[in-house]
Amino acid sequence: MRVSTRRVRAIFRKELREYRRNRQIVVSMAVLPLIFSVQPFIQIFALPASGAGALLHVHSLVYMLGIPAIVPATVAAYAVAGERAQGTLEPVLTTPIRREELLLGKALAALVPTLAVSYGVFGVFVAAIELFAQPPVASAVLGGPELLAQLFFTPLVAAWSIWLSIAISARSSDPRVAAQLSVIASVPPIVVTTVIAVGGIHVTLGLAIGLAAALLLLDGLGWRIVSVTFDRERLVTGTRS
Amino acid sequence: MDDDGVVSDPDEMPSSAGDNGVPALSVAHLSKRFGDRIAFDDVSFEVGRGEVFGFLGPNGAGKTTTVRTLGTLIAPTSGSATVAGIPLAPENGVEIRRRISIMPESPGLYLRLSVIENLECFADLYEVPDSNDRIVRALRAVNLADRAHDACGTLSKGLRQRVALARALLSDPKVLFLDEPTSGLDPVATRDVHELIDELRQRGVTIFLTTHRLEEAERLCDRVAILNTTLRTIGRPDELRDQLFARTLAVRTLVALPEPGGVFAGLPAVDGWRQDGSATYVLTVSDTTVAAPAVTRALVAAGADVLSISESHHSLEDVYLELIDEDEEAGRR
Repeated sequence: MRVSTRRVRAIFRKELREYRRNRQIVVSMAVLPLIFSVQPFIQIFALPASGAGALLHVHSLVYMLGIPAIVPATVAAYAVAGERAQGTLEPVLTTPIRREELLLGKALAALVPTLAVSYGVFGVFVAAIELFAQPPVASAVLGGPELLAQLFFTPLVAAWSIWLSIAISARSSDPRVAAQLSVIASVPPIVVTTVIAVGGIHVTLGLAIGLAAALLLLDGLGWRIVSVTFDRERLVTGTRS
Repeated sequence: MDDDGVVSDPDEMPSSAGDNGVPALSVAHLSKRFGDRIAFDDVSFEVGRGEVFGFLGPNGAGKTTTVRTLGTLIAPTSGSATVAGIPLAPENGVEIRRRISIMPESPGLYLRLSVIENLECFADLYEVPDSNDRIVRALRAVNLADRAHDACGTLSKGLRQRVALARALLSDPKVLFLDEPTSGLDPVATRDVHELIDELRQRGVTIFLTTHRLEEAERLCDRVAILNTTLRTIGRPDELRDQLFARTLAVRTLVALPEPGGVFAGLPAVDGWRQDGSATYVLTVSDTTVAAPAVTRALVAAGADVLSISESHHSLEDVYLELIDEDEEAGRR
């Protein structure tokens, strides 16, 4: 199967234009990251220099992996259900676009702003710690493994959340219901990252690599599975072929 | 073909292929069911290249489902078809959709995007070469060049319909499916769409026009088919009128004829007559050009004061209503 980059780009560009002009999506993307920034922000900045030792078994930064889990859920949930609701899906499906291309374009359009928001918030957070936190606290928080974990796990967690949300969106007729279900579906990875963040799971290098490999595999499978279950007839008529 | 003009054998389908003999659409015994519900059943027809083909029927007759099936959006339950020369099969979906364009009844535009942004997106989805040039031409064709940068959400329903039409023209399709293209348009916008369809016909584009407006079908279509789950009839509008309705002459005289039988009996091309009111007579004729002069002479010879002799006209609407009423009566029995 040949994937047309032009068609993928067309969907990607169209989606970004729509997101940018959709106030609800812009507000969600701006507000949700704050929820995941407040707790580590308070934890770190309220800590005196003498309390840095308390952070040795806590991975505050991992808590922020909740951002790539929840931000794309709100965007990707709109991807199919939103188009169905406003009657734009059928004209797109009548073009030569393949379902893999359509889904890839939509997934990329959700991934790119998610990465921008996640890395942007993380960058601001790290800069704030470097500049304003007590130096011993800053060195305890900003460990190399945490920074690498944030760098590598952000796209993996985001991609997983996107495929799950698109799958939900393709089965829903109401975009609001799709968004609610997608947010609920993004809770498990948030729970895992939170448990890791508070030191509930001791993360070794092997476990981190294993988790990353599993997520990578799930992300690849996600595209394939969602593509296979993306049924034009059901989407247009509401009944399965 | 049976008496209604409905095709029962694809080999006998009304031939309307273009000059090169390959029809733009060829449908043979196509059916679609959703569970127990029949959307359309055993539909067969051909549409020639460059033909404007009207597809008529009441709500729920299966018109849109037929269009969606031929547009590879949904799979047929049985039967076969070729669309733009390509067999209708799941593996040919992309190739078929490359050659056709469908304008659904609802424009389905991205309302937050401008007209040109909508068209850019679809030009890329069709991978059209020289997309900017095509977009400009499509906008000019629907008289929307000056609204190119307006958000679609700010346009009236009629203008949105025109944008959808421009979008359908972008890919220079071999077959253009128009589903109720003038639905909700004012008379001026409707006239513009009709003129555009005429232009497309002159350019050799095959148009499959689904409409409820019978006068629109009569004015625009080379042939029409009437669908009511099954194909009820197919043919040129005038052929359908002749098939369903006898040709008649309506004769009005100042006073009732004392012996109308003596006047009308035995006249050439007059097959029968009946009185319709006190001094009006309806004559069933086989050829009006033969019958009308003969009737006139006979009336003058009989000393009748003739007020009018006119050929009665049946519209496509009469044909449509006759067939649909028949179906409703059959359903009640």
